Amino acid sequence: MSTVATAPARTEPVQRAYPPGHEPVHNYLHEPGPGPDVHGFQRFWEIFKSWATTVDHKRIGVMYLFTISIFFAVAGIAALGVRAELLAPGSQFLTADQYNKLFTFHGVVMVFLFIIPSIPASLGNFILPIQLGAKDVAFPKLNLMSYYLFLTGASIALYAIFSGGIDTGWTFYTPYSDTTNTAVLPMTMAVFVAGFATILTGINFIVTIHKMRAPGLTWNRLPLFIWALYAVSIVQILATPVIGITMVLLALERFIGIGIFDPALGGDPVLFQHFFWFYSHPAVYIMILPAFGVISELMGTFSRQKVFGYRAIALSSVAIAMLGFMVWGHHMFVSGQSPLSSIVFSVITFLIGVPSGIKILNWVATMYKGSVWLATPMLFALAFLFLFTIGGLTGIMVGAIGVDIHLHDTYFVVAHFHYVMMGGTVFAMVGALFYWWPKMFGRMMSETWGRISAVVMFFGFNMTFFTQFILGSQGMPRRYFTYLPQYQDLHVVSTIGSWFLALGLLMVLGNMIWSLFRGKPAPGNPWGAATLEWTHTTSPPDHHNFHRTPLVTHGPYDYDVLFSGDGAGGDGAGGVRIAGQPAPIPDPEVGGPQEMEKSVDQGTSQPDSALD
Amino acid sequence: MEQKGSFWLPPQSSTTAHEIDALFYFILWASVVVMVGVTFFMVYYAWKYRRRSHADRPVEVHPSKALELSWVVVPSLLVLVVFFWGFKTFVSAGIPPDNAYEIRVVAKQWLWEFEYPNGTHSVGDLYVPVGEPVELVMTSTDVLHSFFVPDFRVKHDVVPNRYSTVWFEVKEAGEYQVFCTEYCGTSHSEMYAKVIAVDRGTFNQWLQSGGGGEDLPLPRLGEQLYTQQACVTCHSIDGSVKVGPSWLGHWGQTRPFADGGSAVMDANYVAESITMPQAHIVEGFANAAMPAYPNLTERQLAGIVAYIRELNGDWSAADSVAAASDSTAAPADSAAVPAAAEPVPAE
Repeated sequence: MSTVATAPARTEPVQRAYPPGHEPVHNYLHEPGPGPDVHGFQRFWEIFKSWATTVDHKRIGVMYLFTISIFFAVAGIAALGVRAELLAPGSQFLTADQYNKLFTFHGVVMVFLFIIPSIPASLGNFILPIQLGAKDVAFPKLNLMSYYLFLTGASIALYAIFSGGIDTGWTFYTPYSDTTNTAVLPMTMAVFVAGFATILTGINFIVTIHKMRAPGLTWNRLPLFIWALYAVSIVQILATPVIGITMVLLALERFIGIGIFDPALGGDPVLFQHFFWFYSHPAVYIMILPAFGVISELMGTFSRQKVFGYRAIALSSVAIAMLGFMVWGHHMFVSGQSPLSSIVFSVITFLIGVPSGIKILNWVATMYKGSVWLATPMLFALAFLFLFTIGGLTGIMVGAIGVDIHLHDTYFVVAHFHYVMMGGTVFAMVGALFYWWPKMFGRMMSETWGRISAVVMFFGFNMTFFTQFILGSQGMPRRYFTYLPQYQDLHVVSTIGSWFLALGLLMVLGNMIWSLFRGKPAPGNPWGAATLEWTHTTSPPDHHNFHRTPLVTHGPYDYDVLFSGDGAGGDGAGGVRIAGQPAPIPDPEVGGPQEMEKSVDQGTSQPDSALD
Repeated sequence: MEQKGSFWLPPQSSTTAHEIDALFYFILWASVVVMVGVTFFMVYYAWKYRRRSHADRPVEVHPSKALELSWVVVPSLLVLVVFFWGFKTFVSAGIPPDNAYEIRVVAKQWLWEFEYPNGTHSVGDLYVPVGEPVELVMTSTDVLHSFFVPDFRVKHDVVPNRYSTVWFEVKEAGEYQVFCTEYCGTSHSEMYAKVIAVDRGTFNQWLQSGGGGEDLPLPRLGEQLYTQQACVTCHSIDGSVKVGPSWLGHWGQTRPFADGGSAVMDANYVAESITMPQAHIVEGFANAAMPAYPNLTERQLAGIVAYIRELNGDWSAADSVAAASDSTAAPADSAAVPAAAEPVPAE
């Protein structure tokens, strides 16, 4: 073994006096690693190994973030390809078969490798234990195993794509998926394996939330992000096994012809749709519920106001998670299921719309009499509210059974779920990244470019997808390689919009990379939030998150405690003083509109559990 | 089509379309009201309560139970109204009248085949009488398809081993586009058909003629069949390769087969390829599963052959004169296709 030094010295000297025994150890980005005498590949290998074998939830969260970002980029480029091909009827630069593989690739990668793990696995892994005041998740090694299962599933998916691709659409509907000669078999295995990552992460989160909350962190004081992740975890555990088994059945069907789904063998193709949507509709909530959690955090922090109807939002997440299991049939109104079940599914679908509607109204009401700071994360949160409301209302449209007959499998549906998935989850995720980036990497992103990117993305998104509502209601079916000339104008507008959307996302990416090297060092609590990850740990957090388990004395959105010197540390000690100075946490300057222009006092404004 | 569509929806050409449209517009306008409300309060609050200084503090708000309850109850009632309305249109659009005229539909990759009660077949063109309810009893021979006519607001999946039905009553004579809306493979986006609505007299005439085309010269009949029978979906006439080989440029040439044999592309070979497409597959097209066309008449086969010959410059006016005898020279049925022209395949 090469020389392993202890924690490297911090680049800037710590000027503040810490109580004995409470000096910062080292943050998670600077774990003990190879000494200065190790160079070249050996150095890279040592650092790689320390990341690859880590059980630190923060590092695993960052690894997930890195991995899913790559999948998002690749699948996003595929989407641009799909849009470019649709600039005109007929073949532009792809054949019909290549086009079918491309949109399938976009769908499968976006759904299974990006959006399902997106917020829970990356930000959830990083933030959840810290928001709970815990040192790590309940099963750190299981957490690492989840990551590797995900990576294995993703590798098999990539193998499937490079060994000829798959052209079934992300829905794998039988009997087409039984008969097509593309790589369905490896792809089903990929979904099967990646599913275990989801299940294990869900178990980990549930146990962590139940057993590892800091003292004083009652259920009614849980941040809404945690509530959302809790609801998601339930869905992950209960729904994911169904897709796993469905994929195994599909694989067996192709492999040995067991005749479950293939009508030629006496099977029933509609049964596959039931199995598939029994998972995939709850999976929609796996995708959107974490975004709800993020938006609750953002609306609270940037309005400096208690989130309106905290309990309604918390419980409606759980209600949505439960009801989400009973609406899968609304994907099948015209598929040949019985009319009676269509009607029952329709009515439950409407009932599930209500909790989502309540959340939107509560979020808007949160701004009432607050102190609204239109920083980049808040811009993304407001964009989310606008886009998700459209997504939800058009959900009412396609849930109305008579109207759905006309709209089913047209671009209207495509636009609807992109408003929910992209306009909802992706906008929330980008907002969440702007929000938690300083905590994760200790650097501020550019606020100016952040705001510009938010506006460009919002504009590009609406241009891309609002046109598709009109295309769809005019009758343009989805998954069409070519189309009738009457639809071309709207397709052109949509494609141009996709370039603006891509431009906005590139700005976000550039901003992130820029901040890692040139961003201002982040203070502990740049936004003036009141949850534990901001008030009780440094940016980036120390190896163990907290030096001492925090004691929680107030709710997650009680911003007034930030202003009262007393008990602001949340430890009940009351007005902690260090070296005669008041503790820096309840800094009323923090989170002001001019915060970005202020030079940050490196180190001293770090709220730190050392203050306990 | 006389009627114009609106910004959102295509023309209402069936008797049930207006019911679905009424609900569509109700939800649309209710949504616009909600959107305007949400956006207004979002922008207004963001401006009115904007942060003016670092130490800006919120005013404590006591949540009003009545307010919270109101936005639970009102949306619930609203969506229940929408549900019942949607349910009503679903039922009325879903149950065909007793006197509906029944047409059987078979969907396959990638064409629509229609069979009328008197035995008449057509592919790609669905003739229906105007002003009479028509019920389609549909099934598929391979994968899932879905029958969609935007102007009629009807859609239903077509499932192998099952019969599914849609019904509609066309209000005005005209041509209406049919789409396949369930993804079914390579040429899914070209699996078009047309509903041709004509008055009852014309319809009866068409039925009796068994699909028409008697009085056309052979190449014109072939040209008509090329689109009518959906050959266009997979075979180009400009030399480009689609799912199947192009009709241009191979006439009279020796074609290599996937199984190693070969044959000259002549009338016999073309007729065999139409009636028994799997018998010999040209190299490079092994994955293409062309459906068989056993129902084409002898004259129709001759027409297609003539059209291919014309495309390749092998058809002259003299041939047209001799057309009658030429058509009888074509094989009477698939069994009569002489095997001598091709080498014996390995299978």
